[in-house]
Amino acid sequence: MTIDPDKFTIASALEGLAKKEFTSVELTQGSIKAMQAAKPLNAMITETPEKALEMARAADARRAKGEAGLLEGIPLAIKDLFATQGVLTTAASHILDGFHPEYESTATANLWKQGAVMLGKLNLDEFAMGSSNETSYYGPVVNPWRAKDGTRLVPGGSSGGSAAAVSAGFALGATGTDTGGSIRQPASLCGITGIKPTYGRVSRWGIVAFASSLDQAGPMARTVRDCALMLQAMAGFDPKDSTSVDRPVPDYVANLDGGVKGMRIGIPREYRMDGMDPEIVALWEQGKQWLKEAGAEIVDINLPHTHYALATYYIVAPAEASSNLARYDGVRYGLRVPGKDLTEMYENTRGEGFGREVQRRIMIGTYVLSAGYYDAYYTKAQKVRTLIKKDFEQAFQRVDAILTPTAPNAAFPIGMKNDDPVTMYLNDVFTVPTSLAGLPGMSVPAGLSSGGLPLGLQLIGKPFEESQLLRVGRTLEKAANYTAKPFHWWES
Amino acid sequence: MSLDKAAVAKIAKLARLKMEPDRQEALASELNRILSFVEELQAVNTDNVQPMTSVAPMKLRHREDAVTDGGKPEAVLKNAPQRQGDFYTVPKVVE
Repeated sequence: MTIDPDKFTIASALEGLAKKEFTSVELTQGSIKAMQAAKPLNAMITETPEKALEMARAADARRAKGEAGLLEGIPLAIKDLFATQGVLTTAASHILDGFHPEYESTATANLWKQGAVMLGKLNLDEFAMGSSNETSYYGPVVNPWRAKDGTRLVPGGSSGGSAAAVSAGFALGATGTDTGGSIRQPASLCGITGIKPTYGRVSRWGIVAFASSLDQAGPMARTVRDCALMLQAMAGFDPKDSTSVDRPVPDYVANLDGGVKGMRIGIPREYRMDGMDPEIVALWEQGKQWLKEAGAEIVDINLPHTHYALATYYIVAPAEASSNLARYDGVRYGLRVPGKDLTEMYENTRGEGFGREVQRRIMIGTYVLSAGYYDAYYTKAQKVRTLIKKDFEQAFQRVDAILTPTAPNAAFPIGMKNDDPVTMYLNDVFTVPTSLAGLPGMSVPAGLSSGGLPLGLQLIGKPFEESQLLRVGRTLEKAANYTAKPFHWWES
Repeated sequence: MSLDKAAVAKIAKLARLKMEPDRQEALASELNRILSFVEELQAVNTDNVQPMTSVAPMKLRHREDAVTDGGKPEAVLKNAPQRQGDFYTVPKVVE
């Protein structure tokens, strides 16, 4: 017997496993079958079915002995930005060809410690740089949702493979990373839930670095409860990451249904932009209404520097990326393209190994950090970043959480926004400020567009108040009662 | 601020990226588009504002200055594109 994972959430699958209705091996076999049927989505870079079955057998054995962990026997897929011991890890880049790490990222190690099963490694934008998953060396991921006329759409990025895998239903959950919105935006475009925790909450050790002052890993799953469960497993202090925060991990699941009565929810005026899609505005209004009906007080707030967040981000992130990506030089791992001397070998390797978007960002980063321009660009951006963070600090003196749209649009056709980098960057306009301030943020699916595509709402919380954030998310989820799933066209 | 082909070639050199001349032109226009977009930050008054150095108020931890690992040449060299014995090999650096 194989079990169809599409019929379950992590929480309901755990119940089924606990009641011995099925085994992890049966569930994993079903996941593998569904994953292989979903190949047209191009969501996976590496499938590890044998490893998955071996992990599932071990999970069943532990459960039989009464030693079940928090995620015992649950099949997950891992963004290919997390180093997984002995399994090809590519960051979706040509430059990491053949790289099999000798170590396991702390975040994934924590998941395996709680009994989770790995289905394989997920496609993403190259080095997590992108908002549509079209920059991957392994080709674009296709959103399980299609336009009414059958047009293939992007799943969002950079965790587009993660969002597609969960939305298509072969993985019960997936890991994502978020630098400027890379968990929340694809979650919104694929109709699933994703949370970017507070900077420092989840260890970044063993995750391929993009922009170190922004990168944070988090879970992507079907429900708020599933995200809470996964975050519980992933989070925690790690002495190997100097930015990991040494404070206890609360029980994220315990108070999930506590509601929002008496909470104050902020609505930032500045997120209402000129020319905004009326459907997005309407959904946001609906979200306000839902929280109000659940007993929250809606408060208008100001985040005056919002307009400058994207520009700040597109200086800070490339600057850090250009520095982080200096390690890819063809000497110690990955691709090597020979040259007549060492410098030429570096140049050839990096010229051939990095895709266009990555090169563009390395160039911007190198430029803004170069002598003569450092203060005008980089220092200036770091100062504006301080102001953006202060905006949030002031707002959080008055409110407990903030409600905004997640993305300015629903999923768009593959190839539509490729011409102009700045147009593509605008996808992250609502998610980037949270990242710059290091705050936790999540996207909850809240409705469908007139074109029948999922739309998400974003909630932003106080630092390390993920519990409260998840509670607001759960309230929103209950009110939205979002149950839509994509038609499985790839199976026909 | 506008970047021309020569400036692009110089940045590519600094970034150790081989850039074909026919790509430099297109890249110059893409980079200029991004730079004119970020130019709007000049409008923000940042007098007396400290640049952010850490997003959370945290002190960088130091670990004890002690050997905690090592003696794994095979693990270290496992992914080497080219090696000789326990060394990475690269093109000649000194004549």
